[in-house]
Amino acid sequence: MDKRKKQVELNVSAIRNGTVIDHVDSKATFQVARIMQVEKEKNKILIGQNLESRQLGSKGIIKIENRRLTADEANKIALIAPEATLNIIEDFAVVEKVKVKLPNQISRVVKCYNPRCVTNNEPVDTYFEITDSKPPILRCGYCERVMKGSDVILK
Amino acid sequence: MNHVVPAPAQSTVGRKLRTSLNIYDTELIDFLFIMSKKLENVISIRDFDRDGLLSILEMARAAEGTNNSDLLKGHVLGIMFIEPSTRTRLSFGAAMVRLGGEVLDFGDPSRSSLQKGESLADTIKTFSSYCDVMTIRHPLEGVARLAAQIAGIPVINAGDGANQHPTQTFLDLYTIQKTCGGLDNLKVGFIGDLRYSRTVHSLAEALSWFDDELYFISPEVLKAPGYLLEELEEKEVAYDQFNSPEDVLSELDVLYCTRIQEERFADRLEYEQVKSCYRIRKSLLEECGVKQSLKIMHPLPRVDELADDIDNTPYAVYFQQARNGIPIRQALLSMLLQKNI
Repeated sequence: MDKRKKQVELNVSAIRNGTVIDHVDSKATFQVARIMQVEKEKNKILIGQNLESRQLGSKGIIKIENRRLTADEANKIALIAPEATLNIIEDFAVVEKVKVKLPNQISRVVKCYNPRCVTNNEPVDTYFEITDSKPPILRCGYCERVMKGSDVILK
Repeated sequence: MNHVVPAPAQSTVGRKLRTSLNIYDTELIDFLFIMSKKLENVISIRDFDRDGLLSILEMARAAEGTNNSDLLKGHVLGIMFIEPSTRTRLSFGAAMVRLGGEVLDFGDPSRSSLQKGESLADTIKTFSSYCDVMTIRHPLEGVARLAAQIAGIPVINAGDGANQHPTQTFLDLYTIQKTCGGLDNLKVGFIGDLRYSRTVHSLAEALSWFDDELYFISPEVLKAPGYLLEELEEKEVAYDQFNSPEDVLSELDVLYCTRIQEERFADRLEYEQVKSCYRIRKSLLEECGVKQSLKIMHPLPRVDELADDIDNTPYAVYFQQARNGIPIRQALLSMLLQKNI
């Protein structure tokens, strides 16, 4: 680990076991925190924003102790922070490092922006085809509307 | 690895079509049989590629004039329309009856359990258990896709809000194919409400499988939506946009007119500004020097965008277009029910 990276890591204290969500677009840091429902979390949470990053210029980090992400949470993060990496920490060491990746289809986690869509009027889970990943472009599996950018509303 | 092609003689529909509809082209029968096996529901024109579209038009050609057949005897078509309709509802019923099948109509939704607060999914599950194939129209977008997931029988979308109305697109394609001799190498103009018209969007998407040039003619506020134009660009479809029909009418092989839909406008003033922006009349066609072979289409109903002095000219094919709803729906019902015969 070079000195520069170590300095960034030290800006936010280490956790013994849990998940570190790194390389989050700085502006999306608190959106990612909301996805993780940090307000309900009882374990230690460390959030850093506007940290120096060679890759992104400025990045955010979220560290949550004793927690693994669900597939739905990882998919949501991939939608709003496509550059993010997930580090699984055990006994202060990174044991697994994965880049978030959007699946070809995404279910439940996104709300269709079309008020006339059946998913906004009947108890039906949403699903979307991801037609492009950077930036994400989604097509509703029911009403077929295309959503991108600010149209994408997380549930 | 050799692919095993199912023998069409094993198909009752194939055999019946071969005898009762006088089709002797075995290659065509093979093609239709294979495509029928693939067809599970008819929800969106996006679900069909060129072969899929052509197979339905071929089957419609085979069904043409079939007024007294027992091909679908013993089968029940459920018609569940939660929105008003004249042409679509009646032509589905006529298509089924003329193939020997029977029709179960859901009736007025205000007299159903939907009024008691039953979920749409439960209503669809129950209704579908009483029939072998069903068609649904609903103001909410995506209802037909939901129905296909839960019904357990083939579902045909008869219009889901402003989203899709695939059987209209099939009959539009069939009309073009019949009156122009094919679907390739045509210059097709769309005029009117290109922003909100689902028939325009679906037909343009379907024609993107063929080698045609598309011309969109509309006032600024009713231009074709960006997503549609982006899709055409991705598929390298040649298209152009115009404000005035005079600029392009002489070029066209097909002119597809649409009504300016008052019900789609949130802003009444905006509607008033564009409601009578175009009127296609015989004198305009003559002034513009249109091709003698030009075909004018309209999904109907019309208001004042298409003058009735065109009705008796060779250009007018819109009533023929409405009639084509029968063979198209006969074709779809036959193909969908093949699995059950």
